[in-house]
Amino acid sequence: MADPTTATDGEAADSEASDDAPEVPEIDLPGDAFDAVLDAIDDRDPGDPLRFEGFTASRASGGDGDAAGEYRLDPADGDRRTGLSERELHEALAERAPAVTDWYAFERVVGEFGPRRAFVRWIEDADGETVATRYAALAEGIERAWGELRITATITDRGERRYDVRHADDAGVSVGELETHEDPLDARELVTFDEKGRYRPLKTAPSLAGGWVFPELSPRDLYETVETVYPATVANWHREREGELDVSHWRETMERQSGIYGVVETWDRGEGHEHVDWVAEACCADSQCLKRREWEYDEDTDLDVDGGDGVFPCREPCSVVVSAARKWTRLESERERTYEFELTPSEKEQVEEIIEAVADGRTDEIREADTKEGANRYRARFLRAKRFDDEGNFGGVPTDPDEE
Amino acid sequence: MQSLVIVAHGSHLNPGSSAPTYDHADTIRATGAFDEVRTGFWKEEPHFREVLRTVEGSEIYVVPLFVSEGYFTEQVIPRELRLEGWDVSEWDSDGLSADQATLVAEDIDREVHYCGPVGTHRAMTDVIVRRAESVTDDPDVGDDFGLAVVGHGTERNENSAKAIEYHADRIAERDRFDEVKALYMDEEPEVDDLPEHFESDDVVLVPLFIADGYHTQEDIPEDVGLCEDHTEGYDVPETVDGTRIWYAGAVGTEPLMADVVLERAADAGADLGTALDDVRETTRVATGD
Repeated sequence: MADPTTATDGEAADSEASDDAPEVPEIDLPGDAFDAVLDAIDDRDPGDPLRFEGFTASRASGGDGDAAGEYRLDPADGDRRTGLSERELHEALAERAPAVTDWYAFERVVGEFGPRRAFVRWIEDADGETVATRYAALAEGIERAWGELRITATITDRGERRYDVRHADDAGVSVGELETHEDPLDARELVTFDEKGRYRPLKTAPSLAGGWVFPELSPRDLYETVETVYPATVANWHREREGELDVSHWRETMERQSGIYGVVETWDRGEGHEHVDWVAEACCADSQCLKRREWEYDEDTDLDVDGGDGVFPCREPCSVVVSAARKWTRLESERERTYEFELTPSEKEQVEEIIEAVADGRTDEIREADTKEGANRYRARFLRAKRFDDEGNFGGVPTDPDEE
Repeated sequence: MQSLVIVAHGSHLNPGSSAPTYDHADTIRATGAFDEVRTGFWKEEPHFREVLRTVEGSEIYVVPLFVSEGYFTEQVIPRELRLEGWDVSEWDSDGLSADQATLVAEDIDREVHYCGPVGTHRAMTDVIVRRAESVTDDPDVGDDFGLAVVGHGTERNENSAKAIEYHADRIAERDRFDEVKALYMDEEPEVDDLPEHFESDDVVLVPLFIADGYHTQEDIPEDVGLCEDHTEGYDVPETVDGTRIWYAGAVGTEPLMADVVLERAADAGADLGTALDDVRETTRVATGD
């Protein structure tokens, strides 16, 4: 076996590697990859060669000088080699182990399933970069972000991809300091609660807790882990890349609802879409959900709020939005009234600060004795003590004027 | 490639709602009968609308983890899965006999076998009995025991009561328990008066629900009088008006439920090998010796 340090020097003449380019790692051709190549060649007609980057391999068809049953290798640039025995084919493929293991990784390990294949190829830019460039990059580690996940792809000396998946906040933390997992389904537990132990009803909310790592996932398990953390995001991203994302806009989604959600349709009164702008601002901003909203009011009418910058798209209002919209449909059917309250300027601002703090999920960050903050608990309690009557009416003003 | 998709309600509020779905999916996965087992939800992710696009197989069996035929199995799930040409007549059911319908799911342009819900399958009867064994920790429970099968009444769904009665009748025919009664939450005979409906000193109460949640953890325990307030908790058994009530919680959490999911898929043509026997064996109640 060649020593990787000397091999590069010895092969410098026919490699494109320059001093500052990352080094292509030395790869041993594993037996299962070679067997898969033989099987694939056997399954094909002679004359229908198996394609690798930079060369093809096939069974000799006979009649062109090869003995039947022997193999041939056709480099894209170079002399073809014919009449190879199985052992000679193995030698030739071992010299081209990066290309062969690359074929094996995608054709036999990752498989055909569109979303998985596209995702794993995207990680290493397999549709844009050469095997040599990718293998060199994998040897260093390729990092990708998917929502709050940090995925680091590497390669073994057998050309197998391995993936480290963890929370982006844990980038750089040694594996030993994190809770390690192997089974993708373990992720179900990891995504159920946020850091404060609260249930996460929306998997794509930016509230994923960290402290764990899947250090050595195979390509298939990588896909399953991502699918468990962010369900269907890869499938939707894949459809979008293929130009086939089926977006269902607000109007059609609400028109489809039935049962207790049937009422939401009545919220659209042909008077514009300001109410849906508010819904999107409330629920779909990047601070609330990592999906990039692609749905609008209807096919011809865009919402006035930004859809966000997420990697993966949101193709229709989700069940959390539909449920909240049901509540708003009821609340928004009320007529506005005029109430009169006496407040000091600071009290008016305090009400605003409390709403801001709740809306931004900041209440836990406000320190107990920090009475400069309007949403401080003592400040809120003081306001309640001063401004609420015994029935809990703000400013002593009843909600319904007839109640007096 | 054969795929199983278990579809269930899920919850925005209760983290335990999806637990039985995941547990049964894991049990089935371990049998190796399917090349893949996926789960989809109404209130969690992947949603019914998107679960099929995560499925790789060509033979796809969709089994609803719901207790009865009704609004969800007849309207919501087929609509959200986008089953082309679905009509409830495809099942040709009397409210209990839905088996399966093979339709193209528009989302993936592939056929799926859309199965009836687990709750009305005949194998569900065994799960109710198994649940009684689990909660009493007695694989032979029956003598000197009554069994109450409890569900919503007809106010929510006419077929809900049918499923309860169906299983209660089948268990009664086995002459295993001294008495078997179907009781309801919102119609007569009501679960609130449970001791009045039984002569036995010991009664196992099995709610026909998929997951533990508001109804099984708050409503029923309080209505039956196991506790004043559900936050206080209760013992198993708990004595109410002289009757020892063994409250089983949602039947859907019983491991044998995985068997019913498999039965549904098998009825729709899935090739299961020895999976049914495997699941029946691995989910057994220990005999205690």
